[in-house]
Amino acid sequence: MSEPTDTEAARAAEDKARMQRFVNKFMGAVPHLQALGICYGSSGPDWAELYMPYAPQLVAYPDTGVIASGAIFSLMDSAAGFSVLVKHGKLEPHATLDLRCDYLRPAEPGKTVIGRVECYKITRRVAFVRGIAHDGDPGHPIAHVAGTFMFTSADA
Amino acid sequence: MSEDPSGFAVPLPPYAAMLGLRRDGAVLTMPFGAHLIGSPGRLHGGSVAGLMEIAANLAVRTALEGAKAAIKPVNVTVDYLREGALEDSFAEAFIMRMGRRVANVRVEAWQSERKRLIATAHMNLLIIREDAAAARPG
Repeated sequence: MSEPTDTEAARAAEDKARMQRFVNKFMGAVPHLQALGICYGSSGPDWAELYMPYAPQLVAYPDTGVIASGAIFSLMDSAAGFSVLVKHGKLEPHATLDLRCDYLRPAEPGKTVIGRVECYKITRRVAFVRGIAHDGDPGHPIAHVAGTFMFTSADA
Repeated sequence: MSEDPSGFAVPLPPYAAMLGLRRDGAVLTMPFGAHLIGSPGRLHGGSVAGLMEIAANLAVRTALEGAKAAIKPVNVTVDYLREGALEDSFAEAFIMRMGRRVANVRVEAWQSERKRLIATAHMNLLIIREDAAAARPG
């Protein structure tokens, strides 16, 4: 593949910004995401990335400023649900069946937490997800998640 | 207990305060609030997970009986059994094993009916005791 030209790169950045505005309009209507300040970052055919900027209401340890693991769980659950949506390619209602989160290290105070989750397998009724949370360097993750979602529209 | 209506002796950390948690004996209550909603008509799974994680944490803190220690979450697995309705939620944590270095805790969450669980969780929490170095050789 050839190097993208400046015009192509500019167009890609513009597309990404337009997508962020579009999706964030919907995400702004989800009260718990708004309460935590979670917003859309980017997505691909089978993955989604959400951002959770550092905010005072996320703090669990006031002496250090470290945020709550529960807030990271919310971020990862939301990113996971989003990855199922993009992989599935249609708006079929789904619900988290289970989600496991390993907390590898505390998030660094002041930094935005990025949750990136991949929906790596989908069946008629179940979607399987895995992902990580990091604060800038994906090679130095904060948390790791694995879980499953159920499609709930059929005869659930 | 304290005079504080939340039932906590010390002020709640911001995240727990944001969830609006209240303690009533062994049961932790998360009164319904619009900020807990996920998709229309139901609670966000993350708010229920947050409630259960804090319930586990408090149970370990209580079991420490005042011993000075830091409690750090290692991992949590949440099973969602039913949709969370737009009403008050409750959680109770049960310590399966309280070790010197780690606690294994199971948590149940419910709404109007105690036996109709909306979610369960199990959690491992690391206990870093201040006296650990002195008490344990090696």
